[in-house]
Amino acid sequence: MAEEETTREGASPRTPEEVRPKGQASIAQMLIIGAIASALGIALGLIIDWFPTSASSQASKIDTVYDVLLIVSVPVFVLVTVVVLFSVWKFRQRPGEELADGPPIHGNTRLEVIWTAIPAILLVALCTYAYVTLTDIEEAQAGEMRINVIGQQFTWTFEYPQAEGEPIRSNQLYLPEGRPVRFHVTTRDVIHDFWVPAFRMKIDAVPGIETKVRVTPDRIGRYPVVCAELCGLGHALMRQTAHVVSREDFTAWMEEQRRPAEEQEGGGGGAPDGKTLFTQGNGQSTACGACHTLADAGTSGSSGPDLDAGLKGRDEEFIRRSIVEPDAEIAQGYNAGIMPKNYGQTLSPEELDALVSYLQEATGG
Amino acid sequence: MAAKLRAPGWYRAALWVVIGIAFSYGLTLLVRGLYGWDPVLKGETVLQIALIATPITFLGGLGAFDYWLYWAAGRPTRPEDHSNHGAHSWKDYFKVNTDHKVIGTQYVVTSFFFLFVGGVIAMLMRAELAQPGNQFVDAETFNGLFSVHASLLIFLFIIPVFAGLANYVLPLMIGAPDMAFPRLNALSFWMLPVAGVMMMLSFFAPGGSFASGWTAYAPLSTTQPIGQVFFTIGVQFAGASSIATALNFLVTIITMRAPGMSFFRMPLLVWANFSTSLLVVIATPFIAASQFFVLLDRGLGFNFFNAGAGGDVLMYQHVFWFYSHPAVYIMMLPGFGIISEILAVKARKPVFGYRMMAFSLLAIVVLGFTVWAHHMFVSGMQEWIRIPMMVTTAIIAVPTGIKVFSWLATLWRGVLKLDTPMLFALGFITMFVLGGISGVMLAIIPFTIHVSDTYFIVAHIHYVLFGGSLFTIFAGVYYWFPKMTGRMYDETLGKIHFWTTFVFFNITFAPMHLIGIQGMPRRVADYAQEFADWNLIISLASFGVGLSTLVFLYNIVTSWRGGPRASANPWRALTLEWQVSSPPPIFNFDQVPTVVGGPYEYGVPGAVHGVFRKGAEVAQPAGAATAPQTERE
Repeated sequence: MAEEETTREGASPRTPEEVRPKGQASIAQMLIIGAIASALGIALGLIIDWFPTSASSQASKIDTVYDVLLIVSVPVFVLVTVVVLFSVWKFRQRPGEELADGPPIHGNTRLEVIWTAIPAILLVALCTYAYVTLTDIEEAQAGEMRINVIGQQFTWTFEYPQAEGEPIRSNQLYLPEGRPVRFHVTTRDVIHDFWVPAFRMKIDAVPGIETKVRVTPDRIGRYPVVCAELCGLGHALMRQTAHVVSREDFTAWMEEQRRPAEEQEGGGGGAPDGKTLFTQGNGQSTACGACHTLADAGTSGSSGPDLDAGLKGRDEEFIRRSIVEPDAEIAQGYNAGIMPKNYGQTLSPEELDALVSYLQEATGG
Repeated sequence: MAAKLRAPGWYRAALWVVIGIAFSYGLTLLVRGLYGWDPVLKGETVLQIALIATPITFLGGLGAFDYWLYWAAGRPTRPEDHSNHGAHSWKDYFKVNTDHKVIGTQYVVTSFFFLFVGGVIAMLMRAELAQPGNQFVDAETFNGLFSVHASLLIFLFIIPVFAGLANYVLPLMIGAPDMAFPRLNALSFWMLPVAGVMMMLSFFAPGGSFASGWTAYAPLSTTQPIGQVFFTIGVQFAGASSIATALNFLVTIITMRAPGMSFFRMPLLVWANFSTSLLVVIATPFIAASQFFVLLDRGLGFNFFNAGAGGDVLMYQHVFWFYSHPAVYIMMLPGFGIISEILAVKARKPVFGYRMMAFSLLAIVVLGFTVWAHHMFVSGMQEWIRIPMMVTTAIIAVPTGIKVFSWLATLWRGVLKLDTPMLFALGFITMFVLGGISGVMLAIIPFTIHVSDTYFIVAHIHYVLFGGSLFTIFAGVYYWFPKMTGRMYDETLGKIHFWTTFVFFNITFAPMHLIGIQGMPRRVADYAQEFADWNLIISLASFGVGLSTLVFLYNIVTSWRGGPRASANPWRALTLEWQVSSPPPIFNFDQVPTVVGGPYEYGVPGAVHGVFRKGAEVAQPAGAATAPQTERE
């Protein structure tokens, strides 16, 4: 270490206090730069369009929470960064200081009390605010509509309980604007998570228990329904659509849903209808339309192959095998193991026949 | 040949593995035969037994249990002559060695191997995610990739690499000739490659690798193909290794400090590992339990998590997170210790508020056990539990804040040497604060309801574990590289490594906050079209992170082989590990040091931490170190 030897000889006998005199860095200068940087950071944070469309009364409150968190957080980050950068700028080792030390400051009780107390107070205040908001967004509302959400690999089924008779089942989530909704969430297999990003609310669907989440939709539109908890191979594809519609449209939709169900019941033991099975399932099986697009049935699922194209010109045998043994032949770009393999059990032989012949007709096979 | 098969080593290990496999077949035939089950020989059953049995027979064959087995059998134990201390050639690193310096190197190198495997897996995932839709891998492979990525980097990189660095420097720092239980130390190390190889082999399992995430939530995990068991059992070995090392650290720190080394004269790295070890011995048994539940559920139909048979699904998450939240601090506290060491030395100032730094570590240990259910805000657990968990989660930022502010005060008016370890330390402070801020945001329940299970979580965890832990690991590796190898690394390459990592890391992970809030769920191979642009940018930047790591690899390999010789104390540090040669003598100290002051008295004229009395009679280090051990064991 010849270099070290020469510097040692050349080193000035300055004491650490002389090497780094007090007030070398102007704290006022730092405060001004910090304040400007914080203001810019907060402005940038608030300008960025962080959230998706807000479509529930809960959403705007949660977005406000995030804005508050940003306003508190930016100055903390700026404070730390500015001190680091100022230290690098003012206190970095300069030529001739290779053997110099800083002043031996071991601590400062007052400073340590301050930087323990202020964050603690700030955090307790944030928690209080969060608690108030949480109570607010989860509060029970008058005139809540109950909807059962049933998760299963890899689709959601929505049930609208009726005053009498069977509930209405659908793979589309229709919600009237302005009416508070209470979702009762359950699952038939593993854990899923019912999430509509536009509503900001989510809850796990847990085997063995029923979880609840409240939302008041307040903007008409179509929003994605997403499964947020890893549930297996088709997790990424477990996406459906929530339609927030006007109250009139909602009533009309409900009427429409009721009709085929009544017809079916009225038919009393008649042959099962393939199209109804396709769009709604039989109560045990998942409806095909949840995952597959079929023009004739008006479904637009995208988890599985488009049946208009995929089944065109295929014979009955192929269609039947594709339902009962979905992994026997996999369409280009799709994965094995995603479609349930139990249609052979959940559908009765008559229902299977009806479904196969309907599919063959609908796709012009 | 027969002699080789009898002596501990790789030949005997291979033979014993064969015996382990034979045992697995035998046990399967016996039990299934007795029950009259058909088929009598079921491949999956054999595989599950073999996954438990062969690692144990492998470790036995390698010689990890020899001494204890001789002792237990009443046969004469071979007195330890320490002839196998130290490493004379690269081959010595592939043996069961009881020298803490060899074990430390084994740990660090093995962990970095798994870092590179985990990193390559991350690149594969980012290649798939560069565009929406499926391009490179199918959903099954993708789910396996992110599960193995997280499991390797948590259980086989971050946790053990800290244990490895501490294994090397901690005994030196407290003036001890070795760890308290050298044979246990060797066993701890050799369980790691077992766990890591098992996790990697899972890709070859029928039905693919384990694909339920590193969290392995039941009942998804209990209904997965056999690949899941590679995780379930692999974690047991990684966990056992962790617990044994933590016990070793605790006993070493409590009983083997040099004369004069009071608790409040210990370097903060020692304090950090003391705190971490407390966390490990208390928490790690819980993840072992959670995975045993899964194993019994999946393999033997115990129905712990089968709701239809009275099982309780949420219990899995409570037991799992009771470990896995403290695990976050297990992955962070040793890094805090490394940063305290480096900042003091590189800023030439005492660590500001030394006692508060030590107490804040203990405060994090205590508080760390009271926050686990913040991972379960949307899990459907009882609603009231969320409120106290929110408050404790926010409050844990207070001791963490104390540490950050004390580091800043340590920098203030220092003489900052901006070399590679220091750059990583400063990078750590700024990036970790970002991770801490998003952590406080995630304590706030209304916000978390929206962002849980999204890319916001992915961003947060990578700011904490990459910008946080990995930056401290790089800082520590550069800082102690001269001590461990006796060579200097290349400073220019080190700086290139820092700046490329720092820039690409931020381009990779910062946008994830945004796409998470916008609604992109995590753990998906495919995503909505609206996230396509950001994902392409993220993927490109992530390849930059990968390339920057190659600079590190090149620097370390070439410097280790032919870098300039390092002096004993190139950083002019006061702590004891720098008062001995680089690399240190075989028993660390030719003379036992006496500690006479604090570890960071920079700027105090004439201050020293420890003194070596010239010519004083020193007990034979080997004898001093081993006499109590033989009694204990």
